[in-house]
Amino acid sequence: MVMEIVCPAGTPAALRAAVQAGAHTVYCGFADETNARNFPGLNFSRDEMREGVAFAHQHGARVLIAINTYPRAGDEALWHRAVDDAVESGADAVILADPGLLAYTATHHPGMRRHLSVQAAAANADIINFYQASFDIKRVVLPRVLSVPEIAQINAEITVETEVFVFGGLCVMAEGRCSLSSYATGKSPNMHGVCSPPSHVEYHEDGGRLDARLGGYTIHRARRDEPAPYPTLCKGCFRAGEKQGHLFEDPVSLNAEQLIPQLARAGVTALKIEGRQRSRSYVAQVVRNFRAAVDALEAGRPMPQGMLARLTEGQATTSGAYNKTWR
Amino acid sequence: MTTMELAVGPNQFFWKSDDWSGFYAGLAKAPVDRVVLGELVCSKRLPFYQDRIPEAISTLQEGGKQVAMTSLALVTLKRERKMTGELAEMGVEVEVNDLTALKSLPEGAAFSVGPLVNVYNESTLEWFARLGATRICLPPELSLQSVEVLARRGADLGVAIEVWGYGRLPLAISGRCYHARLHGRAKDNCLFACEDDPDGLRVSTLEDQPFLVMNGVQTLSDSYACAAYQIEALSQAGVSSLRLSPHSQGFARICQLFRQRLQGALDADGLVAGVRDTAGDVRLSDGFLQGTCGADWSGARS
Repeated sequence: MVMEIVCPAGTPAALRAAVQAGAHTVYCGFADETNARNFPGLNFSRDEMREGVAFAHQHGARVLIAINTYPRAGDEALWHRAVDDAVESGADAVILADPGLLAYTATHHPGMRRHLSVQAAAANADIINFYQASFDIKRVVLPRVLSVPEIAQINAEITVETEVFVFGGLCVMAEGRCSLSSYATGKSPNMHGVCSPPSHVEYHEDGGRLDARLGGYTIHRARRDEPAPYPTLCKGCFRAGEKQGHLFEDPVSLNAEQLIPQLARAGVTALKIEGRQRSRSYVAQVVRNFRAAVDALEAGRPMPQGMLARLTEGQATTSGAYNKTWR
Repeated sequence: MTTMELAVGPNQFFWKSDDWSGFYAGLAKAPVDRVVLGELVCSKRLPFYQDRIPEAISTLQEGGKQVAMTSLALVTLKRERKMTGELAEMGVEVEVNDLTALKSLPEGAAFSVGPLVNVYNESTLEWFARLGATRICLPPELSLQSVEVLARRGADLGVAIEVWGYGRLPLAISGRCYHARLHGRAKDNCLFACEDDPDGLRVSTLEDQPFLVMNGVQTLSDSYACAAYQIEALSQAGVSSLRLSPHSQGFARICQLFRQRLQGALDADGLVAGVRDTAGDVRLSDGFLQGTCGADWSGARS
């Protein structure tokens, strides 16, 4: 069976563009803190979600709704309402991370398909099987800490589908288990759906150089004629011991397009593209390229080469943890 | 209002095995109620002190401490799954710090949940209670406001709620080893680059502002969390226990100071002064409990 391309949509326009470009599946979220890309101007109202789902279904595509932050104590109703409204919108599945919210969904909407979010960081077969037994999940989005052979090993021991990230932003830390951003800014991926938020970024020009600060911490410095990347915490520049540099990760993004045949052999069902904050033209171009790649694989043709290099952040890409040496 | 217990979390760092043994022998005499030990961060460290664990457990139990063994924080390798599956065989309670450990708990056994498991709300707390959790140390990221809600629910369900009270904050865990990367090595060939940093290796900003520390695959805060100013609020909220996280400098004295604070023999400023005298030149923080940035510190206002 052809591998499923799971594509981000931050707006209704991006959803339509992705579907028209050939995405099998689109994922999106409501415009609030219930999803892990809670950015200003992004995401869907309830009406937009219903219309988006109807549009996708008319074109033979599926819609997944990410409700993958951790509900706040005393305020769970907001997250419960998001699940209820996702069901009401006609979406094909919800992507969840919090055990409490999984339990709520399994109890109140047993017929709604449940995917385990990457934010749950389920990194081995034992825990995936435990989630399946507890909440009847149908698919797990694997955390970006695993090599391709490890993914193959997991698939040999589980019956739920696996979905893996192949393109876009790259978390270096196990997702859903990182509070670097809230330590520096008070805003966290788990609680607020944001990481290294723009509201806490300052650029400071001093002589010939431009400093980028996040929450008051200077984590990037460039000459005026150099590009100044966005100061994401784990990709910042730091000092430790005698060294200065990108101690956690370089400002790279993930591109695993060349690993698609290996991921298929490892039993992966779906390939996920990161980037709900991206423009619809970016989304359409990425989708066309990945769709061409999986169609070529299915037809036994060679993989297209280097198709997405132009679209990657600062031209630098990595295949991340899929190659063991990354660790 | 009952007095909170003091619990000591698992050592997060890689210590020489004699230092490790000495630390737990000392803790047996320290004024704490509970000690969690075992390897939390990196499975490659465990063989260096694994054979000393049974003796440490008996010494601590003879000293009247409740003892629990932590699971590894991120379980990926076959060897790590096996190690996690065998935890209960040590004969003490398991503290789950990755849900993988749930799969292999003996049927009906009580267990506790550690701070690296995401318990952010009542429904998740209820789910763990149904599975048999009797104690939950909340994620350090939670504000006092959330702690109050969860402590109330925990009291209804008979689940003891513990809160991070002291020590560098565990902020992230990764597949990649940053100590190895710093030394130009891969994780599989790390040559134990983390062994010279018993409290982690400081990571500073480009303006030399201390910010984080690296500890193998783990990233922690440079600041030492210290709940000195929140003791009354935590106690009134019904929090059962305060967690102190091990550090290499004067830890037994730190335990005494917190005990005095819980007993009312020291006020918040007195505890802070004592901590500063004991732990050396450290920055303190309590911003997570305040609900602001984690790095913020109440003491900075005075």
